[in-house]
Amino acid sequence: MREENSFVKGIKDGLPICFGYLSVAFAFGIFALANGLNAAEAVLMSMTNVTSAGQLAAVPIIATGGKLIELALSQLVINLRYALMSVSLSQKLGSSVRLLDRFLISFVNTDEVFAVASSQDGTVGRRYLYGLILTPFLGWSAGTLLGAAAGELLPDIVISALGVAIYAMFIAIVLPKAKKHRPTAACVLIAVVLSCAFTYVPVLKEIPSGFTVILCAVIAAAVMAIIAPVGEEKEHA
Amino acid sequence: MRSFVLYLAVMAGVTYLVRMLPMVLIRRRIQNRFLLSFLYYIPYAVLAVMTIPAIFYAAGSWYAAAAGFVVAVLLSLRDRSLVVVAACSCLAVFAVELLQKL
Repeated sequence: MREENSFVKGIKDGLPICFGYLSVAFAFGIFALANGLNAAEAVLMSMTNVTSAGQLAAVPIIATGGKLIELALSQLVINLRYALMSVSLSQKLGSSVRLLDRFLISFVNTDEVFAVASSQDGTVGRRYLYGLILTPFLGWSAGTLLGAAAGELLPDIVISALGVAIYAMFIAIVLPKAKKHRPTAACVLIAVVLSCAFTYVPVLKEIPSGFTVILCAVIAAAVMAIIAPVGEEKEHA
Repeated sequence: MRSFVLYLAVMAGVTYLVRMLPMVLIRRRIQNRFLLSFLYYIPYAVLAVMTIPAIFYAAGSWYAAAAGFVVAVLLSLRDRSLVVVAACSCLAVFAVELLQKL
């Protein structure tokens, strides 16, 4: 099986993620400062966590002096999807990836890094992965710094427009695959319907959003895995 | 600052363990067909759940966001790159919000 292991290809594939992160991290920097963190704290948080939803949830807990267990649980629930992604990505790793590499690469296994690595044909190697995670990590950190330091200068209308960037990227990852592979489209449809139900239906909408992501995704993926198991030929498609 | 470092250590620790343990511990190839299929579908399901309906609340108004959504969908179906899709989507939102202000 072919192993994708070019550092340059990794950098190339990581750059769009980096740009996407710049704007999201920028917004996070503004959010963190508005909630009483200072710039150093916001940047430190981004450099040590590299997770948008988890960090967004953590800021108010820290700002209000919440309990450590509350913080730990919120991170566990919101970020549990990364455990699934790490299991999945672990299957994609080529023979060049050593144990030490796994300790380092998993640190920046974000939704987007995972999606791009997963979409490669064949397996992925250590040099490709280091290239892939480098600029997103820098973009996430630098974006937070920029947002914390200079966010107030940009007019609201620009910041507001940048807010959709990360979601547009998600769409650009999912739809081309859904177009080519019907069961993937069905999986996306189920996930979207469930997500809307958990957002708008009484009772269901009381469930914390971190839980919702896990629940909806697990149901949609499990249903499709039963109805349309992916064969050898589709395994790395 | 001391208590912030404590908070930071807890959240970073939990987040890292969640990511690291499965990648370090589960290293042999999974053979189970259901599990392989499940893991194939998971990223698409997660991204779909996180995007909808959240994208419609990501801009100043839902119709500005909807414009960004429509542009992103159309360009994605034409296999445009992530950067192009994201940039055009942002421009669409910006244009609609600008029009609203006039």
